[in-house]
Amino acid sequence: MPTVSVKRDLLFRALGRTYTDEEFDELCFEFGLELDEITSEKEIISKEQGNEKAHGASDVVLYKIDVPANRYDLLCLEGLVRGLQVFKERIKTPMYKRVMPKGEVQKLIITEETAKIRPYAVAAVLRNIKFTKDRYDSFIELQEKLHQNICRKRALVAIGTHDLDTLSGPFTYTAKKPSDIKFKPLNKSKEYTACELMNIYKTDNQLKHYLHIIENKPLYPVIYDSNGVVLSMPPIINGNHSKITVNTKNVFIECTGTDFTKAKIVLDVIVTMFSEYCENQFTVEAAEVVFPNGKLHTFPELAYRKEMVRADLINKKVGIRETPENLAKLLTRMCLKSEVIGDGNQIEVEIPPTRADIIHACDIIEDAAIAYGYNNIQMTLPKTYTIANQFPLNKLTELLRQDMAAAGFTEALTFALCSQEDIADKLGMDISATKAVHISNPKTAEFQVARTTLLPGLLKTLAANRKMPLPLKLFEISDIVIKDSSRGLLRIFSEDVGARNYRHLCAVYYNKNPGFEIIHGLLDRIMQLLDVPPGEKKGGYAIKASEGPVFFPGRCAEIFARGQSIGKLGVLHPDVITKFELTMPCSCVEINIEPFL
Amino acid sequence: MLFKLLGIFWDRGKDPDGSKDVTTGAVSDPGIEPRFPALQTDSLLFEPPAGRDTRSALGATMADGPVAEVLLRRLEAADGGLDSAELATELGVEHQSVVGAVKSLQALGQIIETELRSTKRWELTTEGEEIAQEGSHEARVFRSIPPEGLPQSELMRLPSGKVGFSKAMSNKWIRVDKSAADGPRVFRVVDSVEDEVQRRLQLVRGGQAEKLGEKERSELRKRKLLTEVTLKTYWVSKGSAFSTSISKQETELSPEMISSGSWRDRPFKPYNFSAHGVLPDSGHLHPLLKVRSQFRQIFLEMGFTEMPTDNYIESSFWNFDALFQPQQHPARDQHDTFFLRDPAQAQQLPMDYVHRVKRTHSQGGYGSQGYKYNWKLDEARKNLLRTHTTAASARALYRLAQKKPFTPAKYFSIDRVFRNETLDATHLAEFHQIEGVVADHGLTLGHLMGVLREFFTKLGITQLRFKPAYNPYTEPSMEIFSYHQGLKKWVEVGNSGIFRPEMLLPMGLPENVSVIAWGLSLERPTMIKYGINNIRELVGHKVNLQMVYDSPLCRLDAERGPPSTQEAA
Repeated sequence: MPTVSVKRDLLFRALGRTYTDEEFDELCFEFGLELDEITSEKEIISKEQGNEKAHGASDVVLYKIDVPANRYDLLCLEGLVRGLQVFKERIKTPMYKRVMPKGEVQKLIITEETAKIRPYAVAAVLRNIKFTKDRYDSFIELQEKLHQNICRKRALVAIGTHDLDTLSGPFTYTAKKPSDIKFKPLNKSKEYTACELMNIYKTDNQLKHYLHIIENKPLYPVIYDSNGVVLSMPPIINGNHSKITVNTKNVFIECTGTDFTKAKIVLDVIVTMFSEYCENQFTVEAAEVVFPNGKLHTFPELAYRKEMVRADLINKKVGIRETPENLAKLLTRMCLKSEVIGDGNQIEVEIPPTRADIIHACDIIEDAAIAYGYNNIQMTLPKTYTIANQFPLNKLTELLRQDMAAAGFTEALTFALCSQEDIADKLGMDISATKAVHISNPKTAEFQVARTTLLPGLLKTLAANRKMPLPLKLFEISDIVIKDSSRGLLRIFSEDVGARNYRHLCAVYYNKNPGFEIIHGLLDRIMQLLDVPPGEKKGGYAIKASEGPVFFPGRCAEIFARGQSIGKLGVLHPDVITKFELTMPCSCVEINIEPFL
Repeated sequence: MLFKLLGIFWDRGKDPDGSKDVTTGAVSDPGIEPRFPALQTDSLLFEPPAGRDTRSALGATMADGPVAEVLLRRLEAADGGLDSAELATELGVEHQSVVGAVKSLQALGQIIETELRSTKRWELTTEGEEIAQEGSHEARVFRSIPPEGLPQSELMRLPSGKVGFSKAMSNKWIRVDKSAADGPRVFRVVDSVEDEVQRRLQLVRGGQAEKLGEKERSELRKRKLLTEVTLKTYWVSKGSAFSTSISKQETELSPEMISSGSWRDRPFKPYNFSAHGVLPDSGHLHPLLKVRSQFRQIFLEMGFTEMPTDNYIESSFWNFDALFQPQQHPARDQHDTFFLRDPAQAQQLPMDYVHRVKRTHSQGGYGSQGYKYNWKLDEARKNLLRTHTTAASARALYRLAQKKPFTPAKYFSIDRVFRNETLDATHLAEFHQIEGVVADHGLTLGHLMGVLREFFTKLGITQLRFKPAYNPYTEPSMEIFSYHQGLKKWVEVGNSGIFRPEMLLPMGLPENVSVIAWGLSLERPTMIKYGINNIRELVGHKVNLQMVYDSPLCRLDAERGPPSTQEAA
């Protein structure tokens, strides 16, 4: 959830009134925002870097407000104020207009070289805008918020804003070999080639995160004006030449990207938010973009869309009984201008270009519910009549857990993810023999694989509790994961991924003596609980001498029940004990309980 | 000798130099009530069970029958009372055994009365003890010099040589002739000496320290020969039920007493009911899973059927695409989700349904604009560790949609989910998610709130309010807040919403069927319920087993304060 930081006093001035912190918090809650923190620049610096660094920093009060991830129109002070003022019916939602300039229209020509790297571009002009320091800061901050959110860290869309008066169109958006791109980038005093820049920015804390987007491509995207001045090398950096300042009057905005829809949304958001400060408020000058196929598009789209929603549908989905007129009023308060038409039950809703999040009637219904007030909705119980069933495997697990504890064993809860070492090396096995699933992007060795046995988790639990009085008797009933490429018909829903869970029961006995008879006795008890009689005949259980690297030679047996092998029990091999940083003998049993369902 | 025996009861005040505090741990400070077993017995009846601390073991060795008897007899004859330390001296036993006797008598009721006293005493140090015995170093040096003198180098090799030499020199008992042929030689100056130091130390040893002047004592203390210590003793006097005949008390009822009836004539030692009992040997259930059982119980009470969730590995398709979560969504980033290297891709997907999902994402449909992007099957095939149990809900709803005609359903699940997140005291890479789902014709937001009210009431949470929120797969969406009495503020306890038509309709569910759902984490209410601050102490191998042993029953509705939970969906 993005967090927008605004100066409190600036916010209240724009809202035309002041609030106590509690009042403002309440307003946010009702509207679906969250007043996350009340702080100041000074406090932030002092918290992050210490009191000394904060000396002299501004102590103007800042509100940090959490905004829903799909509301790009609330990512700056201008949008927040507009949204809240319309919600409180203090202003009407503005109509955003695109106009053609009296003179020549700005043109951006896309060449086909961009196709393989960053094929889309859109553009617009904010004419006769009046920045102040605060407005300018907000303009830059909004671009940053958009970059971090809808633009997916500039991978999908990157924004460039330029002082139009320093440039001369038409502009060309093309892609070139990095060695052929040379310009003076933002806030640098000399020219560099693109190759040099990529090296320089490797150590730039902000820009280094974006380099990967184009780094290994043969051609880099770049935008020139008609004099060969570089506007930007998206998505990395703008040119210094066309840098905007507080005094900039005319702003040329270009958005390039790999997602056309999102590029258009981003452009719409920027121009709708900041056209507020243009001489002609909420009016945006069009720019034309020529695509490689010769087709000409005019931007920003600033498209208004009409949706019809039946009033009774809104009432039915929310669980309220409002008149169509009231519902239209509620929607209008959410910046969705609405009126009742037709048979008196139809509501025509106008979706403005700021509300790209409205893609279905359910989004409109939610806005009606928000304006109505979630907490004003009458709570009722559905009449849905159903008979509850437990998932059989979990039911068996719940029953067994109780009796394992009654048998004197204490329940552990260990991680399903672990290191390869845990399930292989430490158990004297090769990882290839485990049939484990492997994680491709673990941040640490703790998350390399999903466990194939519960034993390592229990042994690690013992190791972490070595100071506890002996004996330690632990058990766990939980899932392990095994690669399984067979396409079983019975369990079609979980085997389609090529791996499946098995519900295992594992128990360990850790003491000065191995206590095999105790673990053996526990197995006998489990079988008694599962109503499996001893004996090799069908339906019974038996154990047979076996071996394996986990166990001390001659102290291991395989367990057979209901005609199949279900696991092993035995005394752990001293090497295993040592590798898990344990010092005492230990015996264990581990079985698959699914055959007993 | 006596004071040495009493050593552990001595509270050494200030170090003689005054430079540091040396306090001996008063191992059995009579002022502190130790944890005694319920019954004082004369013999060790039971071995303390292995693995338990001995706080409850019957038969500690404290009560000493003979000493207690002597004490009572002396007390009977005494005028007023007697001092425990003096008695120990007289009997030649350790003070501790007198204290033990006093304690066992105290436990019998009003036999004796006691008063705790502390007295200061002077005690010889080890070195002081040696000097009292052997004489001061200087006297020993003096005595070792024969009339014909002794080479200084030889004298210095004597045990008392160095210290004794300088002291004897300053006392002018001896002299050094540096002109002797074989190096410096030491001679006596006087014929005999008075060993004042030894005499004074012997006085102290004899308990007559008061005969020394303050200055003399402090000089000896500076030489680390004397030290002042505090003795804590009991002043014992007769109690209201004083009697000398307590030795015949029986400890426990025996089968023989029952059969012979002798129990009728026998006095029994009273129990100490302020002692702890012996905990039963038993296994224990894990606190988080005890809470899980309670949540299962609540859902079952409400008529919810448990969904299968025994598949940690999911395809991106079921985890995200089926939920109408677009392929560029940040949750699908490597930084948030564990993807699999092996098996990297899901083999089987229900292709008809996949095509409907693809169309809805890329072009829209079912009344939706869609997300208008290039949906890729390869992205949907990517295997991962499920990031939420909503993936299992999607599978359950898809199965429900295949059943014709539609039958209403209520589902729940509680199981593990995985996030490739930065770990801290409250976040782990895996946690448990609780999820509830209701599918029926015509469900409303009001129904969702009504079900949530019932659900949270069963958890003991009654004050709820709802905040508009955003979830990719629910619309409308609501965050659930409850008023936390302890924190005096509203805290988030869960997330909820109505599943989007773009998710339900491609599955094949009828258009007028709504599905309401909510989710929360299992860990957070558990941490609050059991007062655990670090999640590692609760979940995983670093669990504190003592905490598991000691944790009470989980009775969610009998909570004093409402448990608060965290967003999980």
